[in-house]
Amino acid sequence: MKQGFRQSMAWLHTWSGLVVGWVLFAVFVTGTASYYRAEISRWMQPELKREAQVTPEALAAAADLAVVHLQTHAGAARTWFVTLPTPERPLVELFWRNKPGTPPGHVLLDPQTGAPAAMRATRGGDFFYRFHFELNLAPLWGRWIVGICAMVMLVALVSGVITHRRIFADFFTLRRDKAAQRGWLDAHNVSGVLALPFHLMITYTGVVTLALMYMPWGVTAAYKGDQFAYFAETGQITKARPAAGQPGTLAPVGPMVGRALATIPEPLERLTIVNPRDANSTVVAVFEEPHGLSHEHPQVAFAGTSGDVVEVLSGGLKPAAKTFTTMVGLHEAHFAGAALRVLFFLCGLMGCAMVGSGLVLWTVARLPKAGVATGFGWRLVHALNLGTIAGLPAGIAAYFLANRLLPLDLGARAEREVWVFFGAWLAVALVGLWPAPRRAWRGALALVAALFVAVVIVDVATARALWDDPAWFLGFDAALLALAAGFALVSHKVARFAAPRRMRRVMEAPAAAPQMGRA
Amino acid sequence: MTRAPTLQVRAAVAGRVVLAAGGGYAVAGLATALLSLTLPMPRAEAVTTATLLSFAVMVGIVVVVFAARSLGRAAAIIGGLALVLGVALWFVTGSLSIGSSPIGPSP
Repeated sequence: MKQGFRQSMAWLHTWSGLVVGWVLFAVFVTGTASYYRAEISRWMQPELKREAQVTPEALAAAADLAVVHLQTHAGAARTWFVTLPTPERPLVELFWRNKPGTPPGHVLLDPQTGAPAAMRATRGGDFFYRFHFELNLAPLWGRWIVGICAMVMLVALVSGVITHRRIFADFFTLRRDKAAQRGWLDAHNVSGVLALPFHLMITYTGVVTLALMYMPWGVTAAYKGDQFAYFAETGQITKARPAAGQPGTLAPVGPMVGRALATIPEPLERLTIVNPRDANSTVVAVFEEPHGLSHEHPQVAFAGTSGDVVEVLSGGLKPAAKTFTTMVGLHEAHFAGAALRVLFFLCGLMGCAMVGSGLVLWTVARLPKAGVATGFGWRLVHALNLGTIAGLPAGIAAYFLANRLLPLDLGARAEREVWVFFGAWLAVALVGLWPAPRRAWRGALALVAALFVAVVIVDVATARALWDDPAWFLGFDAALLALAAGFALVSHKVARFAAPRRMRRVMEAPAAAPQMGRA
Repeated sequence: MTRAPTLQVRAAVAGRVVLAAGGGYAVAGLATALLSLTLPMPRAEAVTTATLLSFAVMVGIVVVVFAARSLGRAAAIIGGLALVLGVALWFVTGSLSIGSSPIGPSP
């Protein structure tokens, strides 16, 4: 800070990156996995049989069955959410909010019979999706922690760009035969710089997805804090219809579904039914986004007791609101087709690599001389690095294994899968306490590779008979094998890079890494 | 670069972290509230624009705090900015007779 602008930014980059690096790594990994949230959910429920198409009549019938179930099991709830069947996922998913303080309800139904669907209980890809911004904590805590870390990441990105005088040259530089520290520095630079537009975009738009929670003061000043009024005025949601306080009877929902489908030419995603037993109940049909970047769901609102249309929302956002929904759309990448989604996934992996290599670089740049004991700080960072970078992928592999191996009729099965995830993560994190850091890295990464191979073997052995599309499941398994190969390769490289002879060379020439060395 | 930072250096760094987080959020929050009320566009658009910009404002403040020559100088810059924004906001809310301060418990 006394040494000039670039040095102060190098210092800021090093320490801001270190402090939040572990959380960011977890956020990047689970966020990258969330690009394939639907696919992960499908893989984790192999009992599900897809259908060629779902007709409008079938959708209307499924909506009526859903309401029957909700009236029996969730009569007191304030809001019902009904996700209707699609060819990819021919299920009715119900979710309802009870009084504050009581947990929400959730169930999957067979759209033909209305009975609970006969499938293994799992949180599937949704677990990664929620973890990505809530870290499996209480939602408010998790969202604030992730938001703060994302802001620090923005600072680390900006200060990292300022730190790099030679940002374009670094783009093409990977000196893998020089000292280990150089190798890690270059790996950090390449993964950081090559996908820099993606990193900046994904971090900023990520904060924007929860913008009104983090920065509510504009709405406080202009709307006296009424976020519903703000969202309705921007045209993102239909206007709120307050409860009348008198009981009312919900009209049949099937005909409303039919009318909504005739109004909007997009696939129907879900129904939201607000105050279902009130005289002023509202049914909102929410459609998928039309083709394009913007995260902008067309909606048709009905008066619940009469079934009359009260509002239709379809496009026509003003520029700022359009910017906002486009940023959210860019973050979620729902618009991306198969090829573009692969590119987003690879950019996400680059983000994981950037955070991971940055964390490792901190320890490599501060390796003590041969024969000198490592300090507490170094050992702590090393243990947290290994615990996160190898521990989280091990947890993911164990979560997949639990999905195939836990008994199908086990009580609280979905929660136990999550326990296995955290148990495996913790177990691998303990490896970080092993006194020989290099061997600990090598062993932990090899273990991750072995776990992913085990997932594929167990999948083929136990679930093969259930696959409705063997090529699809084999493709998913092949992706897991590619991950396993990646971890095996890094495990092998760690052993090679951390060879004692190379380490000594780093220590003899500490001036070799002036750009982002110790500050 | 000192090997073992003195207590004074550590305190100065801690001070900057607190100033960057607290001051950065305060300036960003005040700027969001002020722009939400003053940008020449429909109310919903002004709020959206101001909120989208707020995070860039905060990152800029953090960079300024850590790049400033001394902690006192950084505090003076941030304090001055917050004061100007706060006074401007006070005038705007007064003239619009909205009343309640934007930073505070929401109703």
